[in-house]
Amino acid sequence: MSKTITIDGKTIPFEEGQTIMDAASAAGVYIPHLCHHPDYSPHGSCKLCNVSVNGRICSSCTFPAMDGQTVLSDTHELNEDRRRITQMLFVEGNHLCPGCEKSGNCQLQAVGYHLNMLDNHFPHFYASREMDASHPDVLIDHNRCIFCTLCVRASQQADGKDVFAISGRGINKHLIVNSQSGLLKDTDFEATDNAAHICPTGAILAKRQGFRVPIGRRTYDHKEIDQVSLAESGYRPNTTLIAETEQSQYDE
Amino acid sequence: MTSKIRVATTSLAGCFGCHMSFLDIDERMLKLVEVVEFDRSPINDIEHCSSNCDIGLIEGGVCNSENVHVLREFRKNCKILVAVGACAINGGLPALRNFVPLEECLAEAYLDGIGVENPQIPSDPELPLLLDKVRPLHEVVKIDYYLPGCPPSADVFWKFLTDLIAGSEPSLPYELVHYD
Repeated sequence: MSKTITIDGKTIPFEEGQTIMDAASAAGVYIPHLCHHPDYSPHGSCKLCNVSVNGRICSSCTFPAMDGQTVLSDTHELNEDRRRITQMLFVEGNHLCPGCEKSGNCQLQAVGYHLNMLDNHFPHFYASREMDASHPDVLIDHNRCIFCTLCVRASQQADGKDVFAISGRGINKHLIVNSQSGLLKDTDFEATDNAAHICPTGAILAKRQGFRVPIGRRTYDHKEIDQVSLAESGYRPNTTLIAETEQSQYDE
Repeated sequence: MTSKIRVATTSLAGCFGCHMSFLDIDERMLKLVEVVEFDRSPINDIEHCSSNCDIGLIEGGVCNSENVHVLREFRKNCKILVAVGACAINGGLPALRNFVPLEECLAEAYLDGIGVENPQIPSDPELPLLLDKVRPLHEVVKIDYYLPGCPPSADVFWKFLTDLIAGSEPSLPYELVHYD
């Protein structure tokens, strides 16, 4: 007898060791997230994936699935929380989409679209943040960093390097580069690293790629992030099953 | 016959791109003016809002003292105030100057910049004073609705205004929401 949880009333099987996020993704249920990526250990910091588990709020990317849990995710209250969190991310950094090469491919923006976020609600910080364009192939624009640590994890866990870290606390939190000069050019970072392509925003960008794909033809211009995210995490809508069923009809 | 809905529009620290996009509703403008009358707007050169405007559409953020006065005039005279476009919502590209001290901005533009002749910082009393930072509208007055986009497409204006005129709560479907 396989173990199950329910998410928004839908019964979902899981395997021992899976988080609620893992189980949800495998079953085709999208839970909004920014710091989670299926290839890396969870971090649980962006809080967008917060769900109600038996009445308590938990990060679904870190909380283990357990038999019989009642999980609520796509509720008005949780989506309102998610929208406010996304708005805080927008006002804390400098996210000026019209001038950003990541626009249309940006997960922060796509989550905003998904949540129908039309304004930023809070006063803007206009924080003074630096750019590091020292590396020949990749640039860091700290204005757009949301401290998800995906580059930190990708560099350590996939690239076998240790290029990035988060330093400071609270409002002083910032991304740092592990070199004497603090510059990306003085690390062993390469454009082929997983960490060079993992950033959900436009904080880490490959150089000389600008407008290779025109605005209007980018990932989230026509597809919502829920479909894209589920496809990336390996979920396939049951098309093979449908195809097999159709095939078996012919066989008969 | 009931009186028409009064719509006022203006561009503060904007580029008039949102107004151009609004005009892109093309022949739908003829349908719109059957039920709407334009009040203060660059479209008709009316200089001040009447006291009974229904909808105020504001493009651009707030970068100088005149912007503040105009914005307050709109808030005072419009029942519904709408922040139109990226600059009105988050300051937009004009807000890029927020990362450079104002004195340095002025020096670069009027004193030290390449090709500047007769260098002097403009100080005519008729010129509105610059604010230290460019600000989005909602930090100065209460805003009722937001139309994101750089610019919002003509369909965004059309959907929003037709919703509002029909008396329903305006909403933008996924394909009409863009920040770029």
